[in-house]
Amino acid sequence: IRLPVFSSAHAHFICKMAAVQGGLVDAVEEKTIKSEPVADATANNSANDARAPSSSPGSGVSPGVNKPAAGAAEDQQTLLAVLQFLRKNNLSESVEILRREAGLPEDSLDQKGGDSTGTGLGGPEADGRTDAGSLLSRVTVSSSAPSKAVAEDQPDVNVVLSAYSQQGDPALYEVYYSGLKKFIETVLDCHRAELSQVFYPLFVHMYLELVYNNHENKAKAFFEKFSGDQECYYQDDLRVLCSLTKKEHMRGNETLLDFRTSKFVLRISRDSYQLLKRHLQERQNNQIWNIIQEHLYIDIFDGMPRSKGQIDAMSGSLAGEAKREANKAKVYYGLLKEPEIELPLDDEDEEAENEEGKPKKKKPKKDNMGSKSKKQDPNAPSQTRIPLPELKDSDKLDKIMNMKEATKRIRLGPDNLPSICFYSFLNAYQGLTAVDLTDDSSLIAGGFADSTVRVWSVTPKKLRKVKSAADLNMIDKESDDVLERIMDEKTASESKILYGHSGPVYGISFSPDRNYLLSSSEDGTIRLWSLQTFTCLVGYKGHNYPVWDTQFSPHGYYFVSGGHDRVARLWATDHYQPLRMFSGHLADITCTRFHPNSNYVVTGSSDRTIRLWDVLNGNCVRIFTGHKGPIHALAFSPNGKFLASGATDGRVLLWDIGHGLMVGELKGHTDTIYSLRFSRDSEILASGSMDNTVRLWDATKAFDLETDDFTAATGHIHLQDNSQELLLGSYMTKSTPVIHLHFTRRNLLLAAGGYNP
Amino acid sequence: MAEERRQKQCSVTLPTESMKAIAESIGVGQLQEESCTALSEEVSYRIKEIAQDALKFMHHGKRRKLTTSDIDNALKLKNVEPLYGFQSQEFIPFRFASGGGRELHFYEEKEVDLSDIINTPLPRVPLDVSLKAHWLSIDGTQPSIPENPPPVPKEQQKVESTEPLKVVKPGQEEDGSIQAKGKDKGLIRLKPRSTHELSVEQQLYYKEITEACVGSCEAKRAEALQSIATDPGLYQMLPRFSTFISEGVRVNVVQNNLALLIYLMRMVKALMDNPTLYLEKYLHELIPAVVTCIVSKQLCLRPDVDNHWALRDFAARLMAQSCKTFSTTTNNIQSRITKTFTKSWLDDKTQWTTRYGCIAGLAELGPDVIKTLILPRLTVEGARIKAVMEGPVISNIDKIGADHVQSLLLKHCASVIAKLRPQPDVVDQYRTDYGYLGPMLCSHVMKARTQAALQAQQVNRTTLTITQPRPTLTVSQSGLSGSTGPRTPSIIKVPSSLALMSQRPGTPSQPSPPATKYIVMATSSGAASTQQVITLSSSQSASPVTTSVHSATSALQPLVKLDSGGSTGLTASRPLQKYIVVSLPPSASSSLEPKSTVIPTPIPSASLDGGLKLERSDSPGVRTQSPH
Repeated sequence: IRLPVFSSAHAHFICKMAAVQGGLVDAVEEKTIKSEPVADATANNSANDARAPSSSPGSGVSPGVNKPAAGAAEDQQTLLAVLQFLRKNNLSESVEILRREAGLPEDSLDQKGGDSTGTGLGGPEADGRTDAGSLLSRVTVSSSAPSKAVAEDQPDVNVVLSAYSQQGDPALYEVYYSGLKKFIETVLDCHRAELSQVFYPLFVHMYLELVYNNHENKAKAFFEKFSGDQECYYQDDLRVLCSLTKKEHMRGNETLLDFRTSKFVLRISRDSYQLLKRHLQERQNNQIWNIIQEHLYIDIFDGMPRSKGQIDAMSGSLAGEAKREANKAKVYYGLLKEPEIELPLDDEDEEAENEEGKPKKKKPKKDNMGSKSKKQDPNAPSQTRIPLPELKDSDKLDKIMNMKEATKRIRLGPDNLPSICFYSFLNAYQGLTAVDLTDDSSLIAGGFADSTVRVWSVTPKKLRKVKSAADLNMIDKESDDVLERIMDEKTASESKILYGHSGPVYGISFSPDRNYLLSSSEDGTIRLWSLQTFTCLVGYKGHNYPVWDTQFSPHGYYFVSGGHDRVARLWATDHYQPLRMFSGHLADITCTRFHPNSNYVVTGSSDRTIRLWDVLNGNCVRIFTGHKGPIHALAFSPNGKFLASGATDGRVLLWDIGHGLMVGELKGHTDTIYSLRFSRDSEILASGSMDNTVRLWDATKAFDLETDDFTAATGHIHLQDNSQELLLGSYMTKSTPVIHLHFTRRNLLLAAGGYNP
Repeated sequence: MAEERRQKQCSVTLPTESMKAIAESIGVGQLQEESCTALSEEVSYRIKEIAQDALKFMHHGKRRKLTTSDIDNALKLKNVEPLYGFQSQEFIPFRFASGGGRELHFYEEKEVDLSDIINTPLPRVPLDVSLKAHWLSIDGTQPSIPENPPPVPKEQQKVESTEPLKVVKPGQEEDGSIQAKGKDKGLIRLKPRSTHELSVEQQLYYKEITEACVGSCEAKRAEALQSIATDPGLYQMLPRFSTFISEGVRVNVVQNNLALLIYLMRMVKALMDNPTLYLEKYLHELIPAVVTCIVSKQLCLRPDVDNHWALRDFAARLMAQSCKTFSTTTNNIQSRITKTFTKSWLDDKTQWTTRYGCIAGLAELGPDVIKTLILPRLTVEGARIKAVMEGPVISNIDKIGADHVQSLLLKHCASVIAKLRPQPDVVDQYRTDYGYLGPMLCSHVMKARTQAALQAQQVNRTTLTITQPRPTLTVSQSGLSGSTGPRTPSIIKVPSSLALMSQRPGTPSQPSPPATKYIVMATSSGAASTQQVITLSSSQSASPVTTSVHSATSALQPLVKLDSGGSTGLTASRPLQKYIVVSLPPSASSSLEPKSTVIPTPIPSASLDGGLKLERSDSPGVRTQSPH
């Protein structure tokens, strides 16, 4: 059972290596990445169905055993294909290893897989090892998905393209298309909007067919004639498409392969579908019918056809809407129970502040908080679903600080807007690419295009590093203030520079305990920096292409990264190889975020979709479509129920994770949104954008709506256009794009960006 | 529209000629047409692909501009070696030349004098990245501090003053909703009361600024004026400032306090220079104050000694500037002002001081006004002057007044006449035309003409000509643009803020009107470097320039060297390191056309950026001149 995952990942890796050696293999490599999604999606669905009864986290291992027998045969095929490929490229050693591994019995292989990934654990931290080990061993269900993916992998890109080789009279394409257009224009209004959805995928596939069959001029004419009819939000794709005019260009063009490998998903009501089908059959319009059959996935539902507005709200992604089944899986969006920490009673300062029996009041409050967290949220995952690192003493102290601060928190609302403190990076010469702040707002870090990472202390406390080994030797280790003594006062400064990357730093993230800093860069690596010594500890290599974003889990230890290679990876700090690879996106992964309960990660992509992944089994549990541009900002609400996303189209979309529905749209920004953040109590959503504004939105009101069962079942949403009512404030900076936002524990909003004079 | 654009995108490919040219550049002589087509299509496709990838890097770099490094990174994605070290200081580094039926693009590689490079001091190390915090909002309201953009954009200030019913509160930009709401509820829209409450900080600021402006410390005043001219958050204090100025002028005119009047005028100037303020609302207070300073009978205690003429000149220039910026068809400022000036000038009983002010005010309004209003009256005015100068001495004050009026008339009229009248300049003819002032005018006009001729010579003496427009280094004295022109009033000192302003890189000079332009940059070895733009009318009249230079007495006096014969003394007195003379060669005829012979009024410093662009695109040639 372990084999498929391992081998597919392995093959993938090998392919990559091969790709480096010769450009020829490029195409193959592309395909291995890209063909997975299809299988992934289908397999996911089937897996989800199968898993539905046994989806409790503990039983993760069992479904894997029930793997369909068909899978085994497919595995064999896959293996053969991989072997063939390896042999072709003279990678004899790999061939041997693979063959040997494949020959082993499955159960021992399972162990073997675990071991071989485990060998990388250099760290002495025993906790971490078991954590990751257990997480590794739990991957079972997801294994079926990649296995099929490999099975469907044809070793040559030509096969993929050959689907276009069916010949029709090229001259008739225009006739067919305009015939359909005429038909759809004449149908009843209620059907027209739905059927119009067919235009775009049809147009793309017909164009590609023409190009593939070397009807270059016909293709051009076809494009010119009909490209103007397409919805404006497909313009980016059309731009890519129009530059593609030759069969040779089709090889290795990612966008094209996406169109081919992923079926474009349309949601159409049964009536409309019947109408279309009847029309096509009457006209004997096989050309179009074939394309619809082969390249489109029509998700038919019963009931009223949707309106244009409803369709527009959900469409716009590279591969159409999400299938309804894709968002049906159960998501445990609740928060984990807070560990019980005894609050020290020596709140002297507070008592001094208000002597009138305030401590009495406070105690019951604390009890309340305790009892609240004791009640198990039905939507929360079990505490041990994902192995989390144990709390250290320092973490507990931090939690106590957090609670203390929380009592001083300002209650925000439409009448009580937060103050905003803006950190401008001066003299950055347009080179500021990423910013992060620690949770307690004491440190700020910036990633720069010149490959450096800089850390500033924004409190009077200067940044100190640990003394050198020689100096440390001189310290009296028995003294009480040894922790103070090991710090080097001489070199203390307000900011430190971290050198190590060899390309622009695009993602940056502090660990929750403020001991580490992660940075991801164009050079394909993610680096882990120690904030004690201000040196690089680990370089995580896995992404061979630029890594656009990375983020620490809110509980530390794990982190997620995503980049140009379309695969999001889950890592643990003490493993140099990823624990999970989330593949499914059809274009670059532009941003990654952890769910507050660390059980899920969300990724936004240039394919204009958002995917939510289960960390436990690597499944994609939600696909959100509706953005019309690459997604550059994501934020979970602190209660874990909702998600906000921002894209280059300047719109913020709000999602209900539990129901898998879009629940709101916030219009107002005029340029890419680079940062989103909820206030600590989820009352306010702040968004920062390239248009140099910070905007505040009434999140309470935005999410205050009842989702009726009908909407939940059909996924047909009615969005009110109430952005104006929800907009609470808009604050313009002088000339500084807002690229990071952060609410302090007392609900002061911090914003940051580089000043562009 | 989008359709058309898309269609264009589709068909754009590189021309086959480019393929041939590129092939040639690497030694492939004869490339077949077919291969060219194939290549161009392929190359176009690849370039588009790379450009699309580069865009990704731009987005992730959180920039709006695509840079060469984005392209490099995109190439790296495709496993292509990036172009190392591609950088150019210019937008397009190529030059184009054609001749003999051939067209050629080439890199311009200038000969570089190594010793020059060695001797130039190293450029300063760029500033390191630093972090600065400020309040973008305090409890939901944006404080008006320099770090924040002006709370109310100028357009909105305008809307507020012209259509008070449409007022939208700051922070809520989308006026649609508010209005819509109003309509829906059927409410009667009341004219909103504009509140002018100042916060404590603003009150303090106001106090500090006004005190500094009229106080005794010049350095402080310069700072305060600088603040008024640049701070974005003054909008709310504007009514206070305008009242302060108008009241101040009223009181000080009565008390004949020349110094304070000058300070107040400088405040007006600073307010006008502030690009974020919409002054239209307060012109009714400011203009009377300014006009008072131009035409008041007495502005100082001792009219025979004090230089109140300079104040009149300065205020007149302010007036001209506000006419230029604020005059519209509805308020008719310019025509109303012109009428006022003319009326009091025509009055026989008007005193010489007022007379001077009226003429100065009119003359500043431009050559057309001079031509139509002043020139016809030269004879009458000349007779009047003659009466004072040659008649029995009545009072010394009158004589001084007449003398000033005379030189003012000569100064302004000479250049206009030089363009109007054809050569030769015959003294007798002038006498018949202009009466008493004729002979003097004649000599002035001749001077102006010789001056122009000198310049023309200098233009021809240039050494290097480059055909392509390129960014030029032009630096102007932007601090007090009113004083950049030839007639710097001696009493108004150039404030020390000037040094601050001139540090700004690449400040442009005037846009198009002047036919010939000299930008002289003088770097004195010691402390501050001064730059100044001297703009000359192309034909005659040397006098304005030279006099102006000498009249400016401040320490930051600009160093001007126009030709070797003129002012060598100056050059010697101050060690000069470098002269860069940039000139626009006259577009053939324009220099001789009478219309364009104007001493252009200096542009306000507000339009600095626009000016730079103009400079770039307009200047067809650049001439450099080695150090004297």
